Amino acid sequence: MIELTRRATFSASHYYWNEGWSQEKNEKVFGRCARRNGHGHNYTLEVTVAGEADPVTGFVVDLKWLKDVIENEVLAEFDHRHLNLEVPEFAEKRLIPTTENIAIAAWKRLEPAVGKAGGARLSRVRVYETPEIFAEYRGEN
Amino acid sequence: MAMAYFGRRYMLSASHRLHADSLSDAENRATYGKCNNPHGHGHNYVIEVLVGGEVDSETGMVVNMATLDEMVRTTVIERFDHTNLNLDPLFVNQVPTTENLTKAVFDVLKNALPAGKLDYVRVEETENNFFQYQGQ
Repeated sequence: MIELTRRATFSASHYYWNEGWSQEKNEKVFGRCARRNGHGHNYTLEVTVAGEADPVTGFVVDLKWLKDVIENEVLAEFDHRHLNLEVPEFAEKRLIPTTENIAIAAWKRLEPAVGKAGGARLSRVRVYETPEIFAEYRGEN
Repeated sequence: MAMAYFGRRYMLSASHRLHADSLSDAENRATYGKCNNPHGHGHNYVIEVLVGGEVDSETGMVVNMATLDEMVRTTVIERFDHTNLNLDPLFVNQVPTTENLTKAVFDVLKNALPAGKLDYVRVEETENNFFQYQGQ
């Protein structure tokens, strides 16, 4: 079994706000992240798939294919967007776009496309909000 | 609810000397090379901490970063940053290799965090070598 990871970057804005809380509680829990005009990050997305190397091609998956999957499923919706206002997972469900929730949302977007292709399965998604802050999701409930 | 992981990287600077009291000077020299130089040397260590758990439905978080930062600052950074690791009580009876530092940081944080939260501690000694411990 080989794990293969492809990295991609996107830039987006967000804020942290729980609609069920007072302004005071939001500011206490989320600090500067609660400022309603939002702020932004250069995110790095790491997508890891696991599988066996194909005996003919030597590939677990074609990296160009994986690059396109990431581009179509995630970057096309997340890059240069306001996550709270424009990305359905967060906008429609009022889900807070924390790094954890972004990793989970990216997983849910990628998993069907990776699974459908056969040959490899999605192993983990890691999202770096800054080089020092990241979250990871491995499909666990 | 989903189980996810939150990771954070911290930096600390410290000096150490790799020297085992149970070995002769010649054996220490052969084992540790320039890391055995008598007056020690230092590194900018990166401490990477991965915490796992349920994503809280109210906050969207596995752990509040401010809480984690404060815990790591008080238990790890303040203890080891700008110190000579050999002089810490943890390293009186063991050599402060980065393997042992990684385990020490893991144990300190495991005690400070709620049970089952800490997934791994990774310590990068330089850009080219790092060590990871999951408590196994």
